[in-house]
Amino acid sequence: MSDLQLLTGGEAVAHAMRQIDPDVVPVYPITPQTPIIQTFAKFVADGKARTEIVNVESEHSAMSASIGAALAGARTMTATSSQGLALMAEVVYIAASMRAPIVMALGNRALSGPINIHCDHSDSMLIRDSGVIQLFAENAQEAYDLTLIAPRLAEHPDVLLPVLVCQDGFTITHSAEPVALLADEAVPAFVRDYFIPHPALDVSRPTTQGPFAMPDYYFEFRRQQAAAIEAATEAFEEVAAEFAFLTGRPYGVIEEYRLDDAARAIVALGSTAGTVKDVVDELRDAGEAVGLLKITSFRPFPAAAVTRALAGVKTVTVLDRADSPGGAPPLRAEVANALYGSGCELDGAVYGLGGRDLHPADIRAVFAGATSSHIGLRGEPCPV
Amino acid sequence: MSRLKTLVRNQNGVPPLRGGHSLCQGCGVPLVVRTVLGTIKSPVVVVNATGCLEVATTRYPTTAWNVPWLHVAFENAAAVASGVESAQRALRRRHALPADEEVAVVVFAGDGGTYDIGLQALSGALERGHRFLFVCYDNEAYMNTGVQRSGATPFGASTTTSPAGLESWGKAQQRKDMTAIAVAHHIPYVAQAAATHWHDLSVKVERAVAAPGPAFLNVLTDCPVGWGHEPRLFAKVIDTAVDCLFWPLYEVVDGHYRLTSVPPETVPVKDWLALQTRFAHLLRPENAGVVDGIQMRVEEDWEALVDRCDELVAA
Repeated sequence: MSDLQLLTGGEAVAHAMRQIDPDVVPVYPITPQTPIIQTFAKFVADGKARTEIVNVESEHSAMSASIGAALAGARTMTATSSQGLALMAEVVYIAASMRAPIVMALGNRALSGPINIHCDHSDSMLIRDSGVIQLFAENAQEAYDLTLIAPRLAEHPDVLLPVLVCQDGFTITHSAEPVALLADEAVPAFVRDYFIPHPALDVSRPTTQGPFAMPDYYFEFRRQQAAAIEAATEAFEEVAAEFAFLTGRPYGVIEEYRLDDAARAIVALGSTAGTVKDVVDELRDAGEAVGLLKITSFRPFPAAAVTRALAGVKTVTVLDRADSPGGAPPLRAEVANALYGSGCELDGAVYGLGGRDLHPADIRAVFAGATSSHIGLRGEPCPV
Repeated sequence: MSRLKTLVRNQNGVPPLRGGHSLCQGCGVPLVVRTVLGTIKSPVVVVNATGCLEVATTRYPTTAWNVPWLHVAFENAAAVASGVESAQRALRRRHALPADEEVAVVVFAGDGGTYDIGLQALSGALERGHRFLFVCYDNEAYMNTGVQRSGATPFGASTTTSPAGLESWGKAQQRKDMTAIAVAHHIPYVAQAAATHWHDLSVKVERAVAAPGPAFLNVLTDCPVGWGHEPRLFAKVIDTAVDCLFWPLYEVVDGHYRLTSVPPETVPVKDWLALQTRFAHLLRPENAGVVDGIQMRVEEDWEALVDRCDELVAA
């Protein structure tokens, strides 16, 4: 039932969108996300999907139109990167609070400034606290698979929240790999019909959505929203189990890679996990007790699973592809919280900002105990 | 053509906007909403930009709305409406909604949410040709946040961010012509109306919702707090804005201009200014030249509008 194709991550996600055949897709171009919407627009132009594409005038409007469409009663997807996500950040928060189950592909790219088009995770981290679910793909196959899982997770009755499927800009969006696609006819049965409890276009049951909440109710709204994203960990496992039954490809909120009896482990997000796996294999062959913990679901952060997975590991190094100037880098802060009181030694490093490569040698150095706080950073200041 | 009785009858039973909201006495905004929604015969979905109307009608857990109503943010009402309209089109095409039952998508936004922060999203939605009606209730300043000047505030008005003072006669810039900006998008229907000219407004709403694409209505209404007049004078203040030619009532159908109402007797702009404390400083003798300048500008704008018109009065 699977056929293997050579596809970039961007193309793979466009295929997932074609197979899901969403009702409405508001889009605005930005590198490195653009191949997704271009490929998908061509599918629609050729009649391979019946979607209404809305070519909006900004990402702010892309998310705003997505909210309108999703709450009206239409399955809605969009895509963005970096500054686009920054521009839509205001409405991303509102999409989560209005419980709009929008699926968005994110080609991770560094935030300005200086302006840059290459990968880091600063865009994702900007909306860390927005209440949207963020899943990180390791490669094109995962970007495709997670995009198919995403509508089910977004529309899960316990969840009803936007889901971002994050793939590293260029490293995944533009790199071709063999990708196993599901048969077209298998996808509608898996994703099912779109259903939300109160579509605005149901004029027989008028609803007021997005009202004004003062101190007497705001806190309760926020708590309900937080409970919904907390419920997404279990909902993900449920949907992923069904997906595994269909495809034979299992997904979890985390992936433990050779962590059994590991003395040293790296924690990472995205494509870096693939590079770390290669180094782990090499070092394991040399008899070293090393492993990787890949975080697939950064939001909700599966703290309990992380604590369990790292129990018994002596030293944990968290690699962050985003910084939090003046504070702890975001992934390290999460892992530190999960490991608090476990006795595990924790350190970490920031790497790869603005698309700087992380080499296997860098990862070997981490496993060898190097304590650099910024991997790959040159010492000298930039010339004026 | 809607008569007052029809408008009232349309609202009996379940009015789209109930009373019991907290808009101020003498505020014309609910009148605009009721005239617009009372005229539209099909079901509607309302998208509301952040502003007085949204705040005063939906304080959770209460609502004054009996029609589907969405509020997302301040600047994006037209984009949200684009999404609702596209959803409707997509679902009808897939037979998930009946093909013969159109739901009208109506946006209500103040002048801030239209002229200023909402302009980009509005421009994009007009250019894309979504079939929806955008109603700007223009009370000429950011009233919800306490009377700050906007792109719609007229020259010379004192607001909290363009206050009159020893070295200031209020807002130093001309207001932008939002109706002309909408016309420049080549959409099928654009009109300028006034809250108290309910019959003229109602006819325009009928034409707007029948238009085969986006429609834009710029409706002048008052704000007793921001304009500085007694609530009971609201109709007089708005009517005088029309009668002094500051706010002409006209429509632009497929690019063709038509005056829909010409005041039987034109009054000086000064008569309108004198009704509102926001212009009180202009009436001091030393500012007579400023008032003359405003009068001259209004006359020039009127003449330019008349020149563009194919017809001078309602057919």
